[in-house]
Amino acid sequence: MDRRGFLGGSLALGCSLAASPLVTPITFAATPGEARLVVIILRGAMDGLAAVAPYGDRDFASLRGALPIGGDGYRDLDGFYALAPELAPLMPLWQAGQLSVVHAVSTPYRNKRSHFDGQDMLEAGISDLGAGLTRDGWLNRMLGLMAQGGQTQTAYAVGHDALKILRGDAPVERWSPDADLLLSPQAVRLARMVMEDDPAMARALDEALRLAGSDGDGVMLDQPAMGFDSMMQGEAVDTRPSAQHRRLAGFVADRLRADARVASFSLNGWDTHRNQAAGLGRALTRLSETILTLREETGPAVWDQTTVVAMTEFGRTARFNGGKGTDHGTGGAMILAGGALNGGRVVADWPGLSEADLFERRDLMPTRDLRAHAGWLVHGLFGLSRSDVETGVFPGVDLGADPRHLG
Amino acid sequence: MPFDPALADIRFGCGLSPVVAPPDSVRAMLDRLRQQDRAARDWPIQPWPAFSDHVDYRANLRKRLRAETDEAAAFELRKESERLRVFARKDSLKWMAAHIARRITTVDPFRERLEAFWADHFTTAGKGGLLKHGVSAFRESAIRPNMTGRFEDLLIAAVTHPMMLIYLDQTTSAGPNSEIVQGGAGSLGLNENLAREILELHTLGVDGPYTQADVRQLAELLTGLTYRPGLTRRFRPELAEPGAETVLGVSYGGAGDATLDDIDAVLRDLARHPATGWHMAAKLAVHFVGDQPEPALIVALERAWRDTGGDLMAVYEALLSHPASWSPRLSNMKQPFDFIASACRALAVPGAVLVDMPETEYRRRIHDPMVAMGQRWQAPVGPDGLEEADGAWLTPAGLAARLQWAIGVPELLLPVLPDPRAFVRTALGPFTSEATLFAARAAESRADGVGLVLAAPAFQRM
Repeated sequence: MDRRGFLGGSLALGCSLAASPLVTPITFAATPGEARLVVIILRGAMDGLAAVAPYGDRDFASLRGALPIGGDGYRDLDGFYALAPELAPLMPLWQAGQLSVVHAVSTPYRNKRSHFDGQDMLEAGISDLGAGLTRDGWLNRMLGLMAQGGQTQTAYAVGHDALKILRGDAPVERWSPDADLLLSPQAVRLARMVMEDDPAMARALDEALRLAGSDGDGVMLDQPAMGFDSMMQGEAVDTRPSAQHRRLAGFVADRLRADARVASFSLNGWDTHRNQAAGLGRALTRLSETILTLREETGPAVWDQTTVVAMTEFGRTARFNGGKGTDHGTGGAMILAGGALNGGRVVADWPGLSEADLFERRDLMPTRDLRAHAGWLVHGLFGLSRSDVETGVFPGVDLGADPRHLG
Repeated sequence: MPFDPALADIRFGCGLSPVVAPPDSVRAMLDRLRQQDRAARDWPIQPWPAFSDHVDYRANLRKRLRAETDEAAAFELRKESERLRVFARKDSLKWMAAHIARRITTVDPFRERLEAFWADHFTTAGKGGLLKHGVSAFRESAIRPNMTGRFEDLLIAAVTHPMMLIYLDQTTSAGPNSEIVQGGAGSLGLNENLAREILELHTLGVDGPYTQADVRQLAELLTGLTYRPGLTRRFRPELAEPGAETVLGVSYGGAGDATLDDIDAVLRDLARHPATGWHMAAKLAVHFVGDQPEPALIVALERAWRDTGGDLMAVYEALLSHPASWSPRLSNMKQPFDFIASACRALAVPGAVLVDMPETEYRRRIHDPMVAMGQRWQAPVGPDGLEEADGAWLTPAGLAARLQWAIGVPELLLPVLPDPRAFVRTALGPFTSEATLFAARAAESRADGVGLVLAAPAFQRM
């Protein structure tokens, strides 16, 4: 607890978790209840055709231009699909069977292409918006069903995102790794004293101090407290895209090593209407670094039990628009990573890219409901029955054949 | 328990103030509510008509832009459209600041709490463009002027408002047998969203006596309800489902298309339904008094509701007159906005400091910390609005954000912080605890002392 001066001169990322004396390495027995699921919501609609390009499709070049394959360019995966250069750091995972791509998928949302509705559908996990939304998210319903089956697991919603996906009756912990308590030790003592008579508040404070202490950047300052503005400015600097996602991932990894079995957070910056190459490159780099941070900081034993699912509300138009960007589309891609995967595969019922093959002659045609893939994962990781998945987690989904994502 | 002035400000107001005296009776609270809305005059927020002019103007720009073939002219149009968007974003933060300023200076703080309650009951949000910033104008024009009359008028003003129609997808709803669908208009179809939320959230409540058939019938009855450019409600018969619809056993609309009158009629009936009275009585008691209010309080509120057909002043009087409302045990956690605004009131932060603060500072000191506390201003998670349960706000992350804000931000809002030993009495009044007094004395700095007072349970609860 009393990790004074932890912040010292650097508010930045603090010490790495591995170096933290507070984090005890944990060995996991291979018992039921050790599977871990991380769901990353990619807000803004990732361009699946750019992230994992079907360069082997004969119509691809006419839509997107010829791709440079190899060198610093796209990395060939299987002769048909290639990984965007910014995802190239994930190639070792691909080779180790710890990375999969699911292509030409979407939620059942069609036609209107609104981020707002699309993300609602993605997180609610429902078939149709016409009847209004459910109040809970599919990941929360999954937790509820697991608890009914005697498997009560700790779940974390991480970051400042409201994460509707975890909303609902099942209890969920929320924490943002930048919610640090930069207080003097005296202020911490006095805060405890002030809240002592209010048990619920005292518990929340204890937990806050514990989490702030365990996420790698300390709780207390023994030097004069720095001003709030400079702290927030510090946050603004330190939470630049170059750091914030790694912090989120590091915190999630830390929780997965401890009590958490389910976690969710979001990455933004996918709405690439103009000059897509630059913006999408940054977003893909963040995604790649996020996955690698999760792998490194969970450590081999936990990573082997972990599955990461990155999903987005819909894909983008097959053609570039006038501003070298893409507009809101339909079919897209989902990226899976983790030691629990039977990976190194692109799983798709590829629809083709000729004009007649496109959805409404503009978007990649979704050939499968992405909920079916997520549903099979939930079934495989946590042992929920098919009927629980089809009626409870993703009401109305047609699970279809098992895509065998898990090893 | 009898009326208590300090409790009146804490539980039914915006917290204690060093400059504004608390009310001396329930009568005084209700009288102030009946009088002129001085806070709105002192800290103006753009009303809906002016706001919707901007939306309209920008929509026209976008239309011209789509038709414009000249590159230079298109550039100018795009620039103008972008300028409007930036202004609306900056303005929306100023309106948020004005909401806080009202809470700092008002002599009628119950009005501010009621506005927040009803704005949350009728949660709406803009999905894109300028409308993202339209919630304050909606509140100013649809909620605030209608919350001291009859519930049915408030209901009609709120749920037929363009902000709500767009938010809950009513604008894309068309009857299956409407002229437009029969004529083959592609993507339009019946959308039940608004109908469902009216029954589930706004009137009868989720446990209310309605069925899916009622939702569907109400949705069909609502078809045709949409808005016109200029963003006022209108009826478009070509979207309307022909024939009568039956909601809760009552037939509306006759043989032809329904009209706005039929829609108002069903809303009035729903507003007067006994289930609505029970639903609202419980919601008011939970919101203002505690997560587990005494059943007798709910009974009293329901009775006032029923006896007067939903006369809101009578319901407020019942709430403020009931002994259970004055239990001295502070219970509800303040929601993040309540917490920040009541801290500013206790510190007597000049409202202009907030309203005139540059955008970056305002975000860093007020808006973003509130997000960290769990509430993103006017960006609800869903149409059911903010959580009432204390547990939703009393989270480790939320509490950490409150503590950090309480210690770090007040000194940025005032040239000199008050002496914590005096401030503890200003902020907590008769609810000062020994521990808080000690902390105020023992803190190493004024900022710590003030922050610890604001972090005290007696300040965070109400």
